[in-house]
Amino acid sequence: MADTSANTPAKTGLKFNVQALGPILALVVLVVIGTILNPDFLAAQNITNVLSRSSFIGIMAVGMTFVITAGGLDLSVGSMTAFIAGVMIMIMNALIPGLGTSWTVILIGMGAGLVVGALLGAANGFLITRLSIEAFIVTLGSMVIFRSLVTWLADGGTLSLNFALGGLYEPVYYGGLFGIRWPIIVFAIVAILGEITMRHTTFGRHCSAIGSNRRVAEYSAVHVNRVRMMTYVLLGVLVGIASVLYVPRLGSASNTTGLLWELETIASVIIGGTLLSGGFGRVWGTVVGVLILGLIDNILNLTDLVSPYLNGAIQGVIIILAVVLQRARKSSR
Amino acid sequence: MSVAATIPDPGGVSAPEAVRPVLALRNVQRSFGPIQILFDITMELHPGEVHALIGENGAGKTTAMKIMTGYLEASAGTVELDGQPVEFKHSREAEKQGVTLIHQEFNLAQLLSVEQNIFLGHEIKRGWRLDHAAMRAQTRDLLGRLEMPLDPRAQVSGISVPEKQMVEIAKALSRNARVLIMDEPTAALTNRETEVLFGQIERLKAQGTAILYTSHKLDEVARIADRITVMRDGHIVRTALRGELDEDQMATAMVGRELTDMFPAKKVSDGADPVLEVENVTVGKYARDVSFTLGRGEILGFAGLVGSGRTELMEGLIGVRAAEGTVRINGKPAHIHSVEAAMNAGLVYLPEDRKEHGLILTQDMRRNLTLLALKKFSRFVVDRKAEEAALNASIKEFDIRAPERSVLVGNLSGGNQQKLLLAKIMLAEPQIVIIDEPTRGIDVGTKQQFYTFIHRLAEAGHSVIVISSEMTEVIGLCARVVVMRRGKVAGEVSGEDVNEDAIVRLAMGLNMKGNGNG
Repeated sequence: MADTSANTPAKTGLKFNVQALGPILALVVLVVIGTILNPDFLAAQNITNVLSRSSFIGIMAVGMTFVITAGGLDLSVGSMTAFIAGVMIMIMNALIPGLGTSWTVILIGMGAGLVVGALLGAANGFLITRLSIEAFIVTLGSMVIFRSLVTWLADGGTLSLNFALGGLYEPVYYGGLFGIRWPIIVFAIVAILGEITMRHTTFGRHCSAIGSNRRVAEYSAVHVNRVRMMTYVLLGVLVGIASVLYVPRLGSASNTTGLLWELETIASVIIGGTLLSGGFGRVWGTVVGVLILGLIDNILNLTDLVSPYLNGAIQGVIIILAVVLQRARKSSR
Repeated sequence: MSVAATIPDPGGVSAPEAVRPVLALRNVQRSFGPIQILFDITMELHPGEVHALIGENGAGKTTAMKIMTGYLEASAGTVELDGQPVEFKHSREAEKQGVTLIHQEFNLAQLLSVEQNIFLGHEIKRGWRLDHAAMRAQTRDLLGRLEMPLDPRAQVSGISVPEKQMVEIAKALSRNARVLIMDEPTAALTNRETEVLFGQIERLKAQGTAILYTSHKLDEVARIADRITVMRDGHIVRTALRGELDEDQMATAMVGRELTDMFPAKKVSDGADPVLEVENVTVGKYARDVSFTLGRGEILGFAGLVGSGRTELMEGLIGVRAAEGTVRINGKPAHIHSVEAAMNAGLVYLPEDRKEHGLILTQDMRRNLTLLALKKFSRFVVDRKAEEAALNASIKEFDIRAPERSVLVGNLSGGNQQKLLLAKIMLAEPQIVIIDEPTRGIDVGTKQQFYTFIHRLAEAGHSVIVISSEMTEVIGLCARVVVMRRGKVAGEVSGEDVNEDAIVRLAMGLNMKGNGNG
């Protein structure tokens, strides 16, 4: 009868922990391998490079963790970055004649980046929650649309930031505090706030309730659509932040900007142990996932053991492996 | 495993004793972990005979049926098919031997058509291709036999619940079952559809099919069963042939004690102090122009057949469904468009389906307990310590028994899940509590406990609405009962009139005169 499976819990305790820490173990193994293969691996310069390049993906992946935990998905973040970067560059270039090469222009550009990110996230969220279209379909569509728009804005080529303004903006990527670059600092702050939000606030609790069982959440006074909408807006804002940090790096945007970032972002979330089907997410895991993918890339570049062209193949294996481990955990429940 | 071909001669096997049982349980026991569900069950299904298995929810009927059909294994004892011990490894094996279970919950693929469902896993093929024409013709024939004017190409997601029940039955018929096990087949059927089903049962009987039938509708059992087995708390307490038990005796055997033992003394409320006033509320096509009032500290019953709109009405009141009409709480008009608004107005709802609407089975007790009233535990961040304290208090107050605190709610027994769910909604400190099917699928002991809880809530000044399809529950708990029929209030009974006869008459749309046996 209904009262049947009452008594097979509990014994998963220790096993669960090993699996929970799996991503961290993988990270440690990678660091050890890296150090053995190349003594320069742990040098400050190398670590800084790895972290600042990973921070774009990382910032977005924190937002993606909330979207996925609430049972959603967003495939558009890569092309959204390109589009936002393009719009920022065009706005800033257009303001230079009036406002000169000044921080005012840069701040307006940054503000525009965040606002556009929020709006694009809201657009995705609106279509998904109000019109009840599958997140996969909506964001597949918007991914193609954003990519096409940036190609159109750039007229098939590259949008470049005014050279002098680019010089002024450059420290936002290359500069920092106490030798730590800004993108790394921002990533760390976003990750810490994200972890707190996920674990200790009603918003985080509601996300996992919705991802577990939307009907139960609804009957439990959770504003399901409002919360889902908020996850997409949050992700949009974080994509905006990533773009704000990305523009000073190259000072340009084209239709190859942020290519395949959506996949790397989603992969980081999944490697970190968040369930793709929703209901369970952890931001610290996502951070570890981002670092794992970043380090693999770095190690292959530093050593000539395996061709760096195989980077994608190795990342693919890791992603599949992570999901296999998740499956093992699910069935052990 | 081959089966001896003992096909009884079709047409009128009227002396069941003379025929060997086609399927039998011999001294079957079943435990789930330390909890024994079935004790020493022996029962026989004879060809051409309808064997009714009755008992309260939790008595072990479903478990016994699952063992017969290979969904579960017996912990001890044997299942015999044609006198030979068999071990069905899974349900397909049982089905292959002609033993088919029609589930209470439907096992239909929603996006496939009626015809695809009926032949799912048994598709008729011509060479390597599907023979659509043959399958369609057979489907038409089966549905015709069931007097079901249903398009074989209709998608199952788009057909009604009784139609789905009929498709399940057609599916079983198409498998030429020798043993047909029906788990409450009429729960979702109208009277007319029930008649058609009974006609089919007679026809199958005449062909020598053995039928096991469960139902809570004892009048049906008295009508069609040739043999009745009564179960209580995992034991067989009575076996009888047709005519040996009347409905009252069946009920007494099922419950095993006078019903008055189950319920605390009724609390009479004069209803003079209305807390909730509902006027002309309409919820889509489910409930029309419903009006009623609920007094302070009252336990008001809502009775009616499944599908009479009780649940949908309440879902309208708490903002899950769109509703029109006037609702006043404590005399002030309330505009409720979300569960949160309902909660803020002091109104909470315990959903009838605890697994789909009530609890998150993949999360622990703490997170489930505080989900509804989470704002109370949260300023900037959620106060974990306060949550733990609330869980302690709830475990104590509602006697929730869990192997450990971190257990996932899906691993709790149904009774403990239901207690946790009640604790969850009470954490919102509501004035009005709507409890939909308080004791569905929980055992007798926990049931009684639950009735005490409900009384305690009323004593503490909460106003309670109890919706239940179990007549005894409504009658035992409530001094006043609103009866719904086809989305409307069919009538209200109170005091002495709160009895099965009066309620059934209202629910069925019969007039009130005549005190015959319902």
